[in-house]
Amino acid sequence: MSVELRSKDFVSLADIALRSPDLQKAVGSGTRGGYHNRAKAMFEFGDAHGEHMRAQAAEAKRRALRKLPELLELAEGRLRDNGWGVEWAEDAESANQLALEIARRHAVNTVTKSKSMLSEEMGINHAMEAAGLRVVETDLGEYIIQLNNETPSHVVAPVMHMTKAEIRDVFVRELGMPPTDDAEAMVAFARQRLRQDFLGADMGISGGNFLIAETGSIGLVMNEGNGRFCTSMPRVHIALVGIEKIVETVADYATLTQVLPRSATGQPLSVYTNILNGPKRAHEDDGPEHCYVILVDNGRSRIYATDYAEALACIRCGACQNACPVYRSAGGHAYGWVYGGPIGAVLTPLLVGLDNAAPLPHASSLCGSCKQVCPVDIDLPRMLLDLRHDLVQSGESATGWDVAMKLWAVGMTSPARFALGGRAARAGQALLGDYMPGILGNWSEHRDFPAFAPKPFRQLWKERDKSKESAT
Amino acid sequence: MALPQRESPKGKVVSLFVTCIVDMVYPGTGMSVVDILEHAGARVVFPPAQTCCGQPAFNSGYRDETRTVAKHFFKAFQDAEVIVTPSGSCATMLRHEYPSLFAPEAGELYKQAQRIAGITWEFSEYLVDGLGLVDLNLALPASQKFAMHDACHGLRGLGLGGAARELLAQMGNAELCELNECEVCCGFGGLFSIKMPALSNAMLRNKIDNINASRAETIVTGDVSCMTQMNGGLSRSQSSKRVVHLADVLAKGLPQ
Repeated sequence: MSVELRSKDFVSLADIALRSPDLQKAVGSGTRGGYHNRAKAMFEFGDAHGEHMRAQAAEAKRRALRKLPELLELAEGRLRDNGWGVEWAEDAESANQLALEIARRHAVNTVTKSKSMLSEEMGINHAMEAAGLRVVETDLGEYIIQLNNETPSHVVAPVMHMTKAEIRDVFVRELGMPPTDDAEAMVAFARQRLRQDFLGADMGISGGNFLIAETGSIGLVMNEGNGRFCTSMPRVHIALVGIEKIVETVADYATLTQVLPRSATGQPLSVYTNILNGPKRAHEDDGPEHCYVILVDNGRSRIYATDYAEALACIRCGACQNACPVYRSAGGHAYGWVYGGPIGAVLTPLLVGLDNAAPLPHASSLCGSCKQVCPVDIDLPRMLLDLRHDLVQSGESATGWDVAMKLWAVGMTSPARFALGGRAARAGQALLGDYMPGILGNWSEHRDFPAFAPKPFRQLWKERDKSKESAT
Repeated sequence: MALPQRESPKGKVVSLFVTCIVDMVYPGTGMSVVDILEHAGARVVFPPAQTCCGQPAFNSGYRDETRTVAKHFFKAFQDAEVIVTPSGSCATMLRHEYPSLFAPEAGELYKQAQRIAGITWEFSEYLVDGLGLVDLNLALPASQKFAMHDACHGLRGLGLGGAARELLAQMGNAELCELNECEVCCGFGGLFSIKMPALSNAMLRNKIDNINASRAETIVTGDVSCMTQMNGGLSRSQSSKRVVHLADVLAKGLPQ
């Protein structure tokens, strides 16, 4: 299912999530589990060690971004040397076309796919199915999502929003699984099904956690081994890689594979950590015959040219989603596109246009947890503030706010007007009691507002000064 | 962005930036701040032209309006040697955001922003890191259980967290208890609580559940805005527990 853009509806989508007890339970415990596991894994050798790993990872990604154009050229050459076909796609549609051409070239009927957030941006499953191909998601979470005709709600745990019982119902309904609440039995059932698909597929599609420039390799991490099946069993393998996924050296890959699984799932290393070097060689018995990398821009070079370039350092670990109290309550689908949580609130407006995602920069209390847990130290709160400023500049902000802020600034540049405002607020409160006018009613719907003090501090201070004087 | 370095505030006159909310809604907290600062040996003045730091406009993306208010702040505190403020979030505004709003090209305004950032201390930070005081010789008349809620900006913007706990731990008759998820936002977020009230309230409910589950009777925090949010919810849900500003707790321990 290709992703429908609904970011404008963030507030109403979040309301739906808030009214779903199952979702609240699932996302609440999933995010908190991820948050605690991450903290344990990152700092297992002490705080200083953990922060040092973060700093190293941040440096590796920033260096790669600084050298992006030159490293992409280097990577293309090294990839070709290793036997990869290399294609460049400016946007989602051209990336889908390139993938379809490759599929046609090799007479592909069935495709197995491992997890890739970029493929969600592209809506590649939809494009392939429209062309008559059969596509099977093989990451267990993505498999469930595909069966339920949904989109992932979390970059690492796509079914974060579902309970075990809901997943059971999907398997019973879509696959005829004998009803069971035993998670292991459910996994075993899915595994049997997927095994048939793995053995019969003509082509595998994967993402690429990292593109290692110096060796021309794809770095891929996973826990279920499905990615290894997708990239080694079928005749053809396509890796979909965003151009920002580049790292300079294998050593950088080693650095980043220390922080990615720790931040994502709390593991010191993921179960499978791969470096893929292209098609099988003449002396090798297995592996794909044809390997391709499709390097996808889809708005990234536009971001690269702005002050938001740092957002491209993201390694899609989901730590900011787990840490974010807004995400914990709203879930990922509320953000209305591919990416939820703080990174989604930043990337979505940048990739699809601010006017198409205007509520997202405000979907944050600016608590700073996202920056604190980010393994590459992206200053997400800063970017949310900058995007809010862009909204004001572009006139996307509501006129009422514009006027209110101008008046407020006038009030705040004079202590006399400030004091007058205080007196007016006290008088207003005396008049209205607990009733709060206009949008302030949003506040008092759930909370009691405190009474304005009869005398402001500045008056108490003056009185104190006077009584001190008269005492001396 | 690295925070500007500060010199030791010892022996310098403290210009109190009481903050707009304390001024209008919680003047008693402002007086507690003064009492504790004076108890700690500081000479305190109140620059009367002060209003607000500009944070509401800044967090909403209105930077021109924020600069207007910041310029007023520069004037109001032109003679300040040291600024102390009982709010982690207003202190973050002065320490982090003023320098971000006035680039070196802004000339005199850049210098002003750097000056303010270089003399500003949050209340607990001033006492513990600035003056090097932990034991203020305070004791409550009767034993009481407290837990800290780490307000976000103080904790992650300024790296506070330890100072308030140390002050509480040294106070006689004060027992420090745990608060689950004490580092998680209460859902206030300034205008966030008005723009996205349902989400803000969901975060508040979670905070209230944790407060109700804590052994502490009183939750202590360093920001009255977060306190307003939490007390608003506690009052509405008829909980007997309340959140109190650190300065008010400490002031209760002053010798009578």
